Amino acid sequence: MPLYYDDDQAMLRDSASAFMKTEAPTTHFREFRDRNCSDGFSHDLWKQFAEMGFSGMLIPEDQGGLGMGHVEAGIVLEEIGRNLSPSPFLTTSVIGVEALKAADAATRGKWLPGIIAGETVIGIAVDEGAKHRPEQIAMTAERSGNGFRLTGKKQFVVQGAAADLLIVAARTAGAPGETDGLTLFAVDKDAAHLSMEAARLVDSSMGAHVNFDGVEVDADAVIGDVDNGWAVLTRMLDAGRIGAASEAIGVGAAAMDMTVDYLKQRKQFGRLIGEFQALQHRAAHLYAEMEVARAAVLKAQQLLDAGDPKAELMIAVAKAKAGQAVSLAVKEGVQMHGGIGMTDEYDIGLYMKRDRALAEFLGDANFHADRVARLQGY
Amino acid sequence: MSDLETFRAETRVWLEANCPPEMREPVRDETDACWGGRNPTYKSPAQKLWMDRMAEKGWTVPDWPKPYGGGGLSPAESKILREEMAKLGCRSPLSSFGIWMLGPALLKFGTEAQKIHYLNQIAKGEIRWCQGYSEPGSGSDLVSLQTFGEDKGDHWIVNGQKIWTSYADKADWIFCLVRTDKHDKYKGISFLLFDMATPGVTTKPIKLISGNSPFCETFFDNVPVPKDQIVGELNRGWDVAKYLLGHEREMISGAGNAPVGSLGALHKELMAQDPLLRAEMAKLDVDTLAFRAMGEKFIDEMKAGKGHPAQPNMMKYFGTELNKRRAELVMAAGGSDALEWESDGSGGGAKPRQWLRTKANSIEGGTSEVMLNVIAKRILDLPGA
Repeated sequence: MPLYYDDDQAMLRDSASAFMKTEAPTTHFREFRDRNCSDGFSHDLWKQFAEMGFSGMLIPEDQGGLGMGHVEAGIVLEEIGRNLSPSPFLTTSVIGVEALKAADAATRGKWLPGIIAGETVIGIAVDEGAKHRPEQIAMTAERSGNGFRLTGKKQFVVQGAAADLLIVAARTAGAPGETDGLTLFAVDKDAAHLSMEAARLVDSSMGAHVNFDGVEVDADAVIGDVDNGWAVLTRMLDAGRIGAASEAIGVGAAAMDMTVDYLKQRKQFGRLIGEFQALQHRAAHLYAEMEVARAAVLKAQQLLDAGDPKAELMIAVAKAKAGQAVSLAVKEGVQMHGGIGMTDEYDIGLYMKRDRALAEFLGDANFHADRVARLQGY
Repeated sequence: MSDLETFRAETRVWLEANCPPEMREPVRDETDACWGGRNPTYKSPAQKLWMDRMAEKGWTVPDWPKPYGGGGLSPAESKILREEMAKLGCRSPLSSFGIWMLGPALLKFGTEAQKIHYLNQIAKGEIRWCQGYSEPGSGSDLVSLQTFGEDKGDHWIVNGQKIWTSYADKADWIFCLVRTDKHDKYKGISFLLFDMATPGVTTKPIKLISGNSPFCETFFDNVPVPKDQIVGELNRGWDVAKYLLGHEREMISGAGNAPVGSLGALHKELMAQDPLLRAEMAKLDVDTLAFRAMGEKFIDEMKAGKGHPAQPNMMKYFGTELNKRRAELVMAAGGSDALEWESDGSGGGAKPRQWLRTKANSIEGGTSEVMLNVIAKRILDLPGA
């Protein structure tokens, strides 16, 4: 398979690009931010995602979806990144759907139609501390009657306050630091003894702290196998990681384009600042970094879609490389814009804030570089 | 089975049967490769066998047309051959500036007679080529070159000096930029081919900081060159030169054959003791694997005519800077062992010599700074200074 988009994928990119530019550009983002909306996105827009076929694109065709792959999801996410379009697409249609693929037919039947229709929103409850450390999960799920009782705290549950369903990773055995003993649960957001505190993040997206104070769930809330949830958790997180990397590539690409355009407009010392070699070399270096990051992301997505065991390593490479390159793009963007880059009125700062949140989501560049080293045996 | 699946299966069977075990080891350095030529030196009988077998199938240049000695493979078939060779660890059968640099230029600018004659020689490894570009006063500013070809009717008489001519002392022929009009800087250069055995051509190796001498000074003293040995039009050699530079930069970038093995994995004990070095190694692995994906994407896009024409400059910039970084970490991980310059245990100082060699990567074929200039102007379309 060649490492570029085929004709169908190029068409999808064109339609996703046109859709985000028209329906959810940065002015749309600002509108939701400024009205202090507690959900952080438009439910009408989420319905439109469904009409476009985006919301159920990763759901198999025999279950009502489009049966597409992570290359295609990445195409949509890159356009979301470019336009800062606020939506629950990544948590619901990518991460949530990947988790539900491992669930039983009843659970899938309960939640997938709502996702396809753009009505259901999923929150991912994995992190417990300020950094993403899934093997350190301490939250307990004790056997209780016919099911389990969940006790503990989660944070950085993106769009948790708007979620209908939470995918929760908890410990049914073992101790923090162990990958054995983890189990994945599908928990209704309205369950008793579950409380939530929404938190607005630096990029104006909504995270949430979720408190499980003895939340009772039935045995059929379990996704996959009890105690052996690490594999399905990793698959779910990896789908989210490569998705977040694609969205970041969109953020970085938009920041770079804005910046290069600015270098061609802004004059100082009687010249366009883009004539200065000091800036040309930095812009050219950034271009190289972004190209390499983009290639790593696409390669990882192709491997993932092909079911290749090398996908895990390449996803870690891609999240690390995208994290580093996009961080450079937004920081250079703000610096090269000079004073105007510090203003709220100008969009470049919004991209820097969005990158900060995406970089942290599901493991930052250091987390994934460390993972690359471990996967290589050191 | 689709045609491509059949091709893959047949290719694997053929490679398994025909690639000698010794040729399934990576090439250690430039002297370990097979370069062909009139007076070829083979490191082993296996090396000769491997080159002969691949050349017979046209697979030294798999995607060149068959009449020119190539394999006539489609882009998809070439990719399958590369993948299957990589799976078995088969090394490239022939290292050649003819394949990497002159060949693509002849395919684009050569006459039919030139293609038949020169490309077949290149494909079979019969003639070893060198490149006459840089001059003492013309490095990054290559177009200022002074070597002059005086028109003598049916031939030119060439006088001047080239420098940094890779393996000029081992080459049979040279492709050379020669000024044929002193009044026009860009449209006064012609692209000439001639035999290094022609009277008046002399070479002198340059000893480098690595202790090796891969480059030469090359002198032309009244060298006659027949008029049919020009590629492209008279005085339009700069177009050929620029096109060829794209391929040269692609070659130096290591796209498609850059080292991919994890350096950190070779030093597990040290990695456990030195967390800062481990962090650098981890980031090197990230960039190495990401750049390998970039190499694959670059080749796929180029073969499909999709890539930006100036993209080889980006590849050269990133690949050579990465290669230098890797060599620095080889030295850091090697510690004082990696300082030994001659001992048997150090392979005759292989690590320090390779480390020093890599410093040329970001200079030869256009410096990193020139690459950044080209990216800024041709890809980002930034205004000229």
